[in-house]
Amino acid sequence: MCLGIPGRIIDRSDDAGLAVGTVDFGGVRREVCLAYVADEVSVGDYVVVHVGFAISKVDEEEAHRTFEVLREMSQLEELEWMADLADAAEGVSS
Amino acid sequence: MKYLSEYRDPAMARGLVQRILDTATKRWTLMEVCGGQTHTIVKQGINEVLSNAVEMIHGPGCPVCVTPLVQIDRALHLAARPDVIFTSFGDMLRVPGSECDLLQVKARGGNVRIVYSPLDAVEIARRNPDKEVVFFAVGFETTAPANAMAVWRASELGVENFSVLVSHVTVPPAMVAILEDPGNRVQGFLAAGHVCTVMGWDEYEPLAAKYQVPIVVTGFEPLDILEGIWMAVRQLEDGRHEVENQYVRSVRREGNRPAQDLVSRVFQVVDRGWRGIGTIPGSGLGLRSEFASFDAERKFGLEGISAEESADCHAGDVLKGRLKPFECPAFGGRCTPESPLGAPMVSTEGACAAYYNFSRVQADVPVGVAS
Ligand code: SF4
Repeated sequence: MCLGIPGRIIDRSDDAGLAVGTVDFGGVRREVCLAYVADEVSVGDYVVVHVGFAISKVDEEEAHRTFEVLREMSQLEELEWMADLADAAEGVSS
Repeated sequence: MKYLSEYRDPAMARGLVQRILDTATKRWTLMEVCGGQTHTIVKQGINEVLSNAVEMIHGPGCPVCVTPLVQIDRALHLAARPDVIFTSFGDMLRVPGSECDLLQVKARGGNVRIVYSPLDAVEIARRNPDKEVVFFAVGFETTAPANAMAVWRASELGVENFSVLVSHVTVPPAMVAILEDPGNRVQGFLAAGHVCTVMGWDEYEPLAAKYQVPIVVTGFEPLDILEGIWMAVRQLEDGRHEVENQYVRSVRREGNRPAQDLVSRVFQVVDRGWRGIGTIPGSGLGLRSEFASFDAERKFGLEGISAEESADCHAGDVLKGRLKPFECPAFGGRCTPESPLGAPMVSTEGACAAYYNFSRVQADVPVGVAS
């Protein structure tokens, strides 16, 4: 029920005093109410949309940072494992 | 799709699972509050792969599931009226009332329409001036700004044939009810990312401090949930109890102020009944008196309708985490998604339906034998 989906703003307009716009969700386009993010978004920005309303602007920098953290965390096991191997190899050669 | 599919990477998920298993020195009990998270956790088997490190309890985070029976009965009553066009989000249509559901009323000729946005319901009212258009305004804080806007808009445009049947609920009072329960086992929470997108997380800080529980604001994709669990487990291992934000790409500390402003102009805090749980003080939103003319309960005199919840359904214990869905005697026998006894079996975000559809755990349990 609280599902929110990220999409990209394609255009903005005004519907009798209400900020609205078209948002593209990976190819599917929908009319969305932009009233709650009107001051911070422009065409090209990503927003999280819930029941036809944009409830936040996706912070692309933070999204990138989270993803990098996740990637590092998920790969560390592998790196440690490789480091162990490297240590072992060194042990053999020395 | 950007900002979606990359958070579903299976290789990264495996790495995170290993992290959590390595971090936990004992088995912790966490509750996710949001039904969308429940769906992902059970569907992806996150609860199963992590079962040595965490037990996930699925909280009362599905507004469809907790809408009280009496409000469903009122909706059914309205939808059956010939002068009414009853509009609702699709997930409410199969929620069982005392006698039937909205889908059955529709089949018998009731004018029931599914809308994508509450503003669509206002539009239907403008196009059908000879009908009364009622919108079933359910949901958590995430949905309240949309529903508030529909009422505000109808009021601005003078759409007098529009009204809302309100059954809004809010998350923090439900968390308090769970924490205050003498049988509580929850040691940490994943807070719902979109609720906090709207509300921010200020109101969770006193809870984390008072009850000494970590609360991690968490997104909805598998990697978000795994990172949220990892952050909560790390806090528990360190003996910390703070509010942390995993879902930084959408949630700011202060939330969405314009949305909060309109919600508090249109709605006020009221006591609200939760299906299967009972009344939780201050846990709901109702229309302010300035908007009383948009209140369907008043407009159609529905206050007299009351309802008795079935004793067979253990939704209350499931929603509070006292019972796993498959421990309910009716699970999978008398209660299935095709013929649900209680609301958690109706919505795909409900804990019972999630276990019925996806879980492999239930196979070990003799389902429905006691029914
Ligand atoms: S399995 Fe059905 S009857 Fe049992 S708690 Fe869940 S919804 Fe209620």
